[in-house]
Order: sequence, then C-alpha cells, then structure tokens
Amino acid sequence: MSAGRVSIRSEDFDLGTEVAALRRGDAGVGAVAAFIGTVRERNDGAAVKSLELEHYPGMTEAAIEAMIDEAMRRFEIRAARVVHRIGVLAPSAQIVLVAVSAAHRGEAFQACEFLMDYLKTQAPFWKKEAGPGGSRWVDARVADDTALARWGIAAGNAAERAGDAPDKR
Amino acid sequence: MKVAVRYFASVREALGAGEDVEIGAGASIAALRDALVARGGRHAEALGRQRLLRGARNRVLCAESTTLAEGDEVGFFPPLTGG
Repeated sequence: MSAGRVSIRSEDFDLGTEVAALRRGDAGVGAVAAFIGTVRERNDGAAVKSLELEHYPGMTEAAIEAMIDEAMRRFEIRAARVVHRIGVLAPSAQIVLVAVSAAHRGEAFQACEFLMDYLKTQAPFWKKEAGPGGSRWVDARVADDTALARWGIAAGNAAERAGDAPDKR
Repeated sequence: MKVAVRYFASVREALGAGEDVEIGAGASIAALRDALVARGGRHAEALGRQRLLRGARNRVLCAESTTLAEGDEVGFFPPLTGG
C-alpha cells in the first residue's frame, strides 16, 4: 500500500493491507466498510477477454480527493481510501477498492456506497473491453447516473449532454 | 489566446493525445469544440454534436458554457466508465 487517500496504479492491491493502513493508529474506529469491484467474464452478454482502463492523470486523483472531502462533510467517518487500477486487467482481477472507517457501521456503509456511486460517473476513467469479436469502449450506464441522483447529485454522465451537466464543485 | 486541448479514450484514438489551439479571448468550451468541429474530417467526426462528450477545464469537470482563459487545459472525452 502507498501513503495517502488515493492511489491510481497498475499493480494489484490487498484488502487486508489497505484496511490495516486505514485503521492504523485510530482506536476510535468501530466499523470498516469496504467495496471491491472486479472484472466480470461477461458483460452485456458478450465474453470479456480483458479490460483496459485509461484515465486522465492528475485529474483523476484530484477528482477522487474532492469526493472524499465531500464524503467527510456528509458522513461521520474517520478516514477513507480509494485504490483504482489502470492498464490491462484479466477477468476476475480486482479493479477498484473503496474503504471507509467510522465509529459506527451505518455511516461507514453509507459513505462507502456514496463514494462508489460518485466515482462511477465523476472520476475520469474509461473502460475498453476486448472479446472474441474485437475491442469496444464500454458505454456509460444511465443506472449509474440514477445511483448518484439518490444522493442529490446530478451526474450528467450517461443521460445528459455534456453542456447540460451542472457544476458539481 | 492559446489553450492546451487533451483528448481521452475514443476521442484520443481518433485525434491523438492533444494539441495546442488558438481561439478568441473569452471563448467557452462549447465555442472551442465548435471551432475544432469546423475543421471537418476526423475532428468533425470525433467532436461533433452527434456524439455525447464531457469536458473539463483545468482538470475539473464542467459545463460547456464555461469560459476559458489563456493557458487553460481543456479535456474532451466520452462519458466516464470507471469503477
């Protein structure tokens, strides 16, 4: 694990190591919630041979830092950490980790889901799938915009044109 | 004024990693996009209004009505699909 709240990297991560670092030196923690996203072997009915992740260096880190700031404002949490991999990943590989510590479970669960919903439509990553028939860029899902709307934030990712997207920060 | 334009994902595949662009002072992201589309060819195909794109000014997502300043970095890319 590397220091800081956000890590964008090609190397894999270890849940135990990341959670230990998140909790280290804070005996006020009574709950840790963690989410891991992994590469499915099938997407939209088609076989996936590999998934390639591209990002916007510099912007990605800043965007996720801002998301964590927002999560700290909204929820009574003690710390949060996000790890997101880039490059070529095989089926079953880990893609993303969101881990949150709090005094109590409710806030930890909520902040973890909030961060994941936020990341899906507001962090500059793009997935390209390789299958038997060639490669294709993965389409953004309206369902991900809907997930963020539950938190009172208009995603403006899949459902709206870019010009209609309101400023979030 | 000069701005640094950067492309990502499918837009990058069509146009390369980016380019410096001269545009009138006070132009918006939308005006910059329109000026690039007016070049025709691959630019019109990759950045045209038929495509759903998002934009960023100085590495922050923003609306296309956002006004640009000299030296700004502008990103154009398709909807985000991380996580």
